[in-house]
Amino acid sequence: MGLTRDRASTARPAATAPPPARGGRRRLRRRRGRDDLAAYAFLAPWFAGLLIITIGPMLASLYFSFTDYSLIGDPRWAGLDNYREMLTDERLRTSLRVTFVYVFVSVPLQLAMALALALILDRGVRGLAFYRSVFYLPSLLGGSVAIAILWRRVFGADGLVNQVLGFFGVQGEGWVSHPDYALGTLIVLNVWTFGAPMVIFLAGLRQIPAMYYEAAAVDGAGPVRRFFAVTVPLLTPIIFFNLVLQMINAFQTFTQAFVVSGGSGGPSDATMFFTLYLYDRGFGSFDMGYASAMAWLLLLIIAGFTAVNFFASRYWVFYGD
Amino acid sequence: MVTETSPARRGSDHRRRFFTHLGLIAFGLVMLYPLLWMVSSSFKPTPDIFREAGLLPGTFAPENYTEGWTALEYPFHHYIWNSVWIVAGSIVGNLLACSMAAYAFARLEFRGKKLFFAIMLMTIMLPIHVVIVPQYIMFANIGWINTFYPLIVPKLLATDAFFIFLMVQFIRGLPKDLDEAARIDGCGHARIFLRIILPLSLPALATTAIFTFIWTWNDFFSQLIFLTDPEMYTVPVALRTFVDSQSQTSWGPLFAMSVVALGPIFGFFLAGQRYLVKGIATTGIK
Repeated sequence: MGLTRDRASTARPAATAPPPARGGRRRLRRRRGRDDLAAYAFLAPWFAGLLIITIGPMLASLYFSFTDYSLIGDPRWAGLDNYREMLTDERLRTSLRVTFVYVFVSVPLQLAMALALALILDRGVRGLAFYRSVFYLPSLLGGSVAIAILWRRVFGADGLVNQVLGFFGVQGEGWVSHPDYALGTLIVLNVWTFGAPMVIFLAGLRQIPAMYYEAAAVDGAGPVRRFFAVTVPLLTPIIFFNLVLQMINAFQTFTQAFVVSGGSGGPSDATMFFTLYLYDRGFGSFDMGYASAMAWLLLLIIAGFTAVNFFASRYWVFYGD
Repeated sequence: MVTETSPARRGSDHRRRFFTHLGLIAFGLVMLYPLLWMVSSSFKPTPDIFREAGLLPGTFAPENYTEGWTALEYPFHHYIWNSVWIVAGSIVGNLLACSMAAYAFARLEFRGKKLFFAIMLMTIMLPIHVVIVPQYIMFANIGWINTFYPLIVPKLLATDAFFIFLMVQFIRGLPKDLDEAARIDGCGHARIFLRIILPLSLPALATTAIFTFIWTWNDFFSQLIFLTDPEMYTVPVALRTFVDSQSQTSWGPLFAMSVVALGPIFGFFLAGQRYLVKGIATTGIK
């Protein structure tokens, strides 16, 4: 390359140099406006990351999931042992139950809250940007260790919630240390971060053309009818989008449970999330084979529910036209 | 806020607006009360935290901050520096690598584009747990545990695919005339990318930088796994050892350091609200 400054004649022969047979095809593609080499150059870091950081480790963890591996020495092939152990592992079952309760209670509540607030704010409230920011702020902070620490104090036996309850003469529980309520405090924490889906709902509501409402009003539809006949159907793609996203996130919750329970998943495994148990097996007792098998189970669960969501969406999501 | 309502409004409408605002403000206060209470409590002597639900400290105790700052093995700015290094590296990595990949996906035609794009989208949803164990083993083998490399190098390789997607969406929205004109004038892809696409993508780059900052600053799971030496601890990991190691008596200092940890996020939130709201509205994450 670089013999002359005429790119058109030098760069291409250089690019086609390796196999002459494919060179002809490449020149053909060029004429159709392709730029494979440039594209691959721009994608080079991403390709490297995909192979080394993502796909390689994915395959490795699939392999480890069939082995017994404690970091010391080599992985020892164990066939389906890890998966068989998962079937009878009482703690794993607990962690699945905790995670499912968390996902299926907190995500609908969070989305309902987000939708309700978005609808109120969309009615032309003054100071929209201000309210939006106030409600959005917890979404940015919610996943941090500092907020988890705060939650521990807010829902502690002598915490903020009980101080307020005491003001009304009610004697509260030690919420975070009570097996029946500890998970509830984490659900509240997730609902508290409804701001992000709310912003997405707001953007979606803005997309609904005003003429639909006008047409419905002309036809005699009242506000309730307009809500169910115009707003809800046109918003279903956004509801679907938020649902998929928040479910995927919720399945992977770790920090909050880890910090609130002091890393134990307690009290009596009430907040033993799946990811917490995975961390415990993998990085607490260095049971890398079992942790890898758990990771693949998590992947399958998330992929499965996402697929179910997409399948079910055909029956309730309205894509217009 | 309430008094802003135009006087020309009819009475009932006026009242409705008034109650909407009243409700929103009350709700907003309940939402933010725990945060305000934490800030206020960080200035209270620890015993008062368990007694006072109010916001004004009865006794003002700024020494929580000095005490908390030195309560752990290293002074707190040590952990802040560690976090800053990782955040800075991650931002540089995401800006460079993700924008390059996004340019290819948004503007270039190449073999396998659809397949690679689909793979890229799927990696956004991939739970980190599926790769973390082998990554740990791999990084341990090359001696990278307790260094910042495992947290930064992946970003230089565009593994935060979410930002690729964000920038692809943005670049697709840019008019093609400019880069086509540049192409006719003989510009190569590198020049088009650097001189035309990047400058026009500043809003998307800002969104990327701000989100990278917030997520990396808050990130706990991977930092907990890759950094086990107290010297390498970041702010979240340090806070977590703080909460585990201290007895009931030091909630004041602990709250003080929690406020310090949340401060930068709040600052970035105030400065970058516009980009954040646009960012989530167009791509819809957190």
